[in-house]
Amino acid sequence: MSQTNRKDGGLINKDKTLTFTFNGQILRGYEGDTLASALLANNKHLVGRSFKYHRPRGIVTVGSEEPNAIMEIGSGAYKEPNTRATVTQLYNGLEANSQNHRGPLGFDLMAITDFFSPMLGAGFYYKTFMWPKAFWEKIYEPAIRNSAGLGTLAKEPDPDTYDKGFRYCDILIIGAGASGLSAALTAASSGAKVILADEDFIMGGRLNSETTKIDGTPGSEWAKNAVDKLSAMDNVTLMADTTIFGVYDHGIYGALENRSSESRANSNKPRQVNWRIYAKRSILCAGAIERSIAFGNNDRPGIMLAGSVRSYMNRFAVATGQKVSVYTNNDDGWQTAKDLRTKGVKVVAVIDSRSISPVMGIQGAEIFMGTDVVDTKGRRRLKSIKLSNGKTIDTDSLAVSGGWNPNLHLTCHHRGIPIWNESIASFVPDDKAPPGMSVAGRAKGTMVLNDAIKEAHDLGATVASELGFKPKDLKAASTPVVAYNIVANWGVPSGKNRAWVDFQNDVTAKDVKLANQEGFKSVEHVKRYTTLGMATDQGKTANVLGIGIMAENMGQSMQETGTTIFRPPYNPVAVGAFAGRRRGMEFYPTRYTPSHKWSEEQGAVFVEVGMWYRSQWFPQPGETHWRQSVDREVIQTRSSVGICDVTTLGKIDIKGSDVSEFLNKVYVNAFAKLPVGKTRYGLMLREDGMAMDDGTTARLSEDHFVMTTTTANAVSVYRHLQFCHQVLWPDLDVHMISVTEQYAQYAVAGPNSRKLLEKIVDSKHDISNEGFPFMAAAEISVCGGIPARLFRISFSGELAYEIAVPTRYGDSLMRAMMEAGEEFNVVPYGTEALGVMRIEKGHAAGPELNGQTSAYDLGMGGMVSGKKDFIGYKLGLREELQRSDRMQMVGFKPVNKSDLVDKGFSMAGSHLLDLRDKPTTENDQGWISSSIYSPMLGCYIGLGFIKNGLNRKGEFVRAVDLVRGSDIEVEICSPHFYDPEGGRLRV
Amino acid sequence: MIINHPLLGPRDSEEFVYLGSTDLINRPTNWEEEASAEDFYQYQYIRDNIAGDHQELWYHEQGDQSWLVVSRNTLTHEITKVELAQDVARTMGRGK
Amino acid sequence: MSKTRYSAFKVLKEALTGHKGWEPTWRDAEPKADGYDVIIVGGGGHGLATAYYLAKNHGITNVAVLEKGWIGGGNVGRNTTIIRSNYLLPGNEPFYELSMQLWENLEQDLNYNAMVSQRGIMNLIHSDAQRDAFIRRGNAMLFADAGCEFIEAKEVKERYPFLDMDNPRFPIKAALAQPRGGTVRHDAVAWGYARGASDLGVDIIQNCEVTGFNIENGKCLGVQTSKGEIKAGRVGVCVAGSSGRVMAKAGIKLPIESHVLQAFVTEGLKPVMDNVITFGAGHFYCSQSDKGGLVFGGDIDGYNTYAQRGNLPVVEDVCSGGMAIMPSIGRARLLRMWGGIMDMSMDGSPFIDSTEVDELYFNGGWCYGGFKATPASGFCYAHLLATNNSHEVASAYKLDRFRRGAIIDEKGVGAQPNLH
Repeated sequence: MSQTNRKDGGLINKDKTLTFTFNGQILRGYEGDTLASALLANNKHLVGRSFKYHRPRGIVTVGSEEPNAIMEIGSGAYKEPNTRATVTQLYNGLEANSQNHRGPLGFDLMAITDFFSPMLGAGFYYKTFMWPKAFWEKIYEPAIRNSAGLGTLAKEPDPDTYDKGFRYCDILIIGAGASGLSAALTAASSGAKVILADEDFIMGGRLNSETTKIDGTPGSEWAKNAVDKLSAMDNVTLMADTTIFGVYDHGIYGALENRSSESRANSNKPRQVNWRIYAKRSILCAGAIERSIAFGNNDRPGIMLAGSVRSYMNRFAVATGQKVSVYTNNDDGWQTAKDLRTKGVKVVAVIDSRSISPVMGIQGAEIFMGTDVVDTKGRRRLKSIKLSNGKTIDTDSLAVSGGWNPNLHLTCHHRGIPIWNESIASFVPDDKAPPGMSVAGRAKGTMVLNDAIKEAHDLGATVASELGFKPKDLKAASTPVVAYNIVANWGVPSGKNRAWVDFQNDVTAKDVKLANQEGFKSVEHVKRYTTLGMATDQGKTANVLGIGIMAENMGQSMQETGTTIFRPPYNPVAVGAFAGRRRGMEFYPTRYTPSHKWSEEQGAVFVEVGMWYRSQWFPQPGETHWRQSVDREVIQTRSSVGICDVTTLGKIDIKGSDVSEFLNKVYVNAFAKLPVGKTRYGLMLREDGMAMDDGTTARLSEDHFVMTTTTANAVSVYRHLQFCHQVLWPDLDVHMISVTEQYAQYAVAGPNSRKLLEKIVDSKHDISNEGFPFMAAAEISVCGGIPARLFRISFSGELAYEIAVPTRYGDSLMRAMMEAGEEFNVVPYGTEALGVMRIEKGHAAGPELNGQTSAYDLGMGGMVSGKKDFIGYKLGLREELQRSDRMQMVGFKPVNKSDLVDKGFSMAGSHLLDLRDKPTTENDQGWISSSIYSPMLGCYIGLGFIKNGLNRKGEFVRAVDLVRGSDIEVEICSPHFYDPEGGRLRV
Repeated sequence: MIINHPLLGPRDSEEFVYLGSTDLINRPTNWEEEASAEDFYQYQYIRDNIAGDHQELWYHEQGDQSWLVVSRNTLTHEITKVELAQDVARTMGRGK
Repeated sequence: MSKTRYSAFKVLKEALTGHKGWEPTWRDAEPKADGYDVIIVGGGGHGLATAYYLAKNHGITNVAVLEKGWIGGGNVGRNTTIIRSNYLLPGNEPFYELSMQLWENLEQDLNYNAMVSQRGIMNLIHSDAQRDAFIRRGNAMLFADAGCEFIEAKEVKERYPFLDMDNPRFPIKAALAQPRGGTVRHDAVAWGYARGASDLGVDIIQNCEVTGFNIENGKCLGVQTSKGEIKAGRVGVCVAGSSGRVMAKAGIKLPIESHVLQAFVTEGLKPVMDNVITFGAGHFYCSQSDKGGLVFGGDIDGYNTYAQRGNLPVVEDVCSGGMAIMPSIGRARLLRMWGGIMDMSMDGSPFIDSTEVDELYFNGGWCYGGFKATPASGFCYAHLLATNNSHEVASAYKLDRFRRGAIIDEKGVGAQPNLH
């Protein structure tokens, strides 16, 4: 009920109490709290369990570097695992639960693993769990997996939405602490477009956590004034609660903006916005992150980083304990003792590992110089610490400072390599920050605040000037100079006690040592062998400590030891935020043909074909199986007339005086002499001699051609043609435009197709067999003056036409044709019937034009001209591609016509074997690429590829489908199953 | 990445489709000779695969459909020059 | 020569005695003055496996593995850990099936637990055409004894309730699974092979960059390195990702481009999925590591690069693929993204072959399928280096195959590396 640790002051609004729950217990905090500060206010230190040993763990830090206080927020589909309490803004109704324990948090049954910890050191699993062999997947691994992992992912689809956004600026400033604000003020004064982003929900960085005065005013007030000043400027965009998570090429920055749960309540606003910020320059002012010291049992709840203890006191008015002690190796640790004391918190001891004079006096505290903490007690909450001088001190909160690491993460996203700086005992950025990025302040290793402010102030002006802006001559803010002295201290040998380096992943100093002992000496090896730095915090507080321990173990310098590679994201980003609105129906763009609405009215079943939705078949009342519909559509088309929407075919208008020469270069067959008014089938190869696409090209006038491509390759063929033109033959007079979207196109097929079209096509156009013979093409008009293109081409093998009209007439034309065809019992047919008819006719399509087949393989060797150069000609002649035993396309029909009829699947995907061969890779003769039930032949038929197939017609082989269980005898035959002479085309 | 299109100005590389080295401009013309088999093989399959400044072909598919020659460093991704491929092709002798 | 044998007993014993008895996993060596019978350039998974099998299968132990940085630091150290032998073409399938069989016995063979986990891999099917293509593939797998299982939609849904079966855009219609497929703890593969090779007498030399080849009269006599010249009877290059750069030092150009493939891992989660799932209508495949992170990947960035990092468009594309088939992944946070450099070959298939320079051999072009190939690649490369003959299952992986037209193009996309 009561916030026992809450004191006066701070940047919280005590007029607004917020209620939340932790593990079901109702607690209260204030507006301005984080979940972590509210928990500490309620004296909750134990908030989680560690990854491996399930050790009780408490809050360690105040920021996104938190290793321990990660929990599940929310419930049901909204549950968000592994959420850092330290950066979760408190809101009314927040529901938090600790994770990674069995049974209650205080009595985790999995803590038994801690007892076995001597066996579970670094890499133990590589040395065991190998016997018996089969046990890994069945026993060991499931056990490991169940105990590993952290939070639990909700099983339901993520119910939130995420937006993407794009922003552009001259200068992006990352971090809005004293340095970032100073840089922003000078940069913005120039009129440059500035974006200032900070991961915290209030700007000001550590100024909100310190008692430092700037220009005579408290730091947090100075920050607020600066923010107010910036927000009043039109050229400045402030992005609080926004983490710059990655630096990508050419000044592109990934930024994740959190929208607080409260502001989204009862709205469908996005949970987060994933911004892509395009910045000409950036200034990194990301400050520094404190690190710990590896002493015995340094992981107990109540042991925190000193700067964080100070933050909880100054910003959140929360004392982390009743009797606080401080352990430091640098001057900054003393500031914590001082601030706590000033706020009336009892500081029992300050322990400094350096053998120097005390940095200051702390009233009521024992001071120990040249002394270390070597052990601690208190399982679920710190009770006491033991010092290297043998003394034990009762304390419930230990503030540890091992020094501050410049937060140089983003400077390394393009392979910058941090450099060791002995004077601050830390790594600093090298000069290989991503192009356009400059660094200032503590992120650069400038640890004295007054210097950092000046540096950032000047850099803001410099960068603006370099971009051609004129910054105003502003005076840098100033603050009393406070020295930052440090002597590196990675930890102390502590006998049998374990000293943690990486809290979350339970990596101890001994693990690092063992890895070194076992030959893992590269920092990358140590990371991978021990998992140091691989937890959700990516070792923000742990890595440098680990490197220090390694360097000591191996007697080498910090620089020689080096860091692991920093990679995006700086902080973890929800997968949903990267996907944005691209989910569900919006996963992929959707394209509809002009007859879509009409087809819906007919109850068509649709199928996804790339981006398109096409009618697959049109069920009629009484039809219970798709085959009934498809068979009917085929039979009715072949006996009278059917209409199919083929708008999805690629259509390319080509004009110019050199088009026929150009077509000659891209098709295998001759196009130079295609007469006006004629259409020709063409096969296009890739340069490697494999079939790329096929289609028809019609010559509508001397210099105007129109090409069709397959639906699947419409985009890539157009790209290829543009390549051939712009790159290979730039001076040919050829102009192309894709008109796929501009024309609706229908196949009208069947013996009565002409009769139907005669009712549609304006009567001035002669479309009789003589006036408009097979393969004719013309620009005509329909329905009283609507411009159209008519081609007498056939995929079905029937007398057939394709008719194209401008897309806006597509719907009307479909309706007009259906009405005109009523007297012929016209039938609309879908892609299935289209496929049945093309297989009956032996036309290759997608499964045959699969990129692995040449013109020869497809039985189209005869089309290949030897008299011209065309794409794919020369490489198509290579010896292996000309072998007679290559797999060649032929037809296949079952010896027993009833085969597969009751199975419900076709021959497609079956492999081909000689009659008595066993199914082995060596015996594999080929495969069936397309297969359907032919209503005209009354059995399944297939197209496929078999070795030397063109010379094996009449032979019998087996089509074997081991996957679905069929093995049938089939005859190798011509792929032209239906009307092989083609008489029906020409009537 | 951002590609500074010579006609349209800076564009996100998402608008483009990548093909490969500008060696692909040099399609052999000696197809009638026996020896051209080797030339076509080299043209189609063998790459310098440069670690450093690389001339390469990009196609502005979501834009003006022009093919571009982009000079880009494959170690740093820095782009130093962007030209229309048809201009480059002409200077490489592919014009009439 | 052989040293510590790993066992549960040994682990217990060491636990009780302060872990003082653990020796280095492999012996760090310096180059021998009189050189080696065989030098392997590249201390990645393939190079270390090659050295191991040279020693074990062929008794050739005067071998050095030269590594520019630290062993296992290339693609064996940054991949999505998947193993499978679900290939289509006869040039590939027997090779990957050999690899799978070697994986199955790897731990017993090496006495090192690389956590080979045959948890199954499942390719989702979204259309009739895709189903036909997967049936063809499934039959190729069964012909090669690789095993496979066709799973109808209803059962997919029962087994993996988190999948969005009725995704409005690309519903899941069925799946083809290879139950023997799975994942392996990738770093441990490098360490296990290093330990095995080192135990058999192979010198593993880290921080030793090859800067040139000593070639006289068309014959390779050794290498120049950052640690000086080293003589060799035979040199096998095995540096996928850097193949172009290294082979250029021998004056050899390759049918390979270098591209970056990004991969991703989320924060640790309690068990979500127990197998590997591949989306058939977008770029996304995913498994869960033993540590709990969802490990996933998608397509390559698509432009030539040697920088081990990618860009945002692919990140977003892959994540949207994840949302399309398992929309609960939205609240999982992406923890780390990384990029590895791939040798993208002109037909998507690798090379294990001699070169135009005598005694200089080449292994590379693995595209993004190199990890699963590690054991067979080492096995077959060792065979080639020891006998000067291609191993039967790797006989298609010749460097001159494009000159002859003997293409092994699983995807059918032609001589364009970024499409493989």
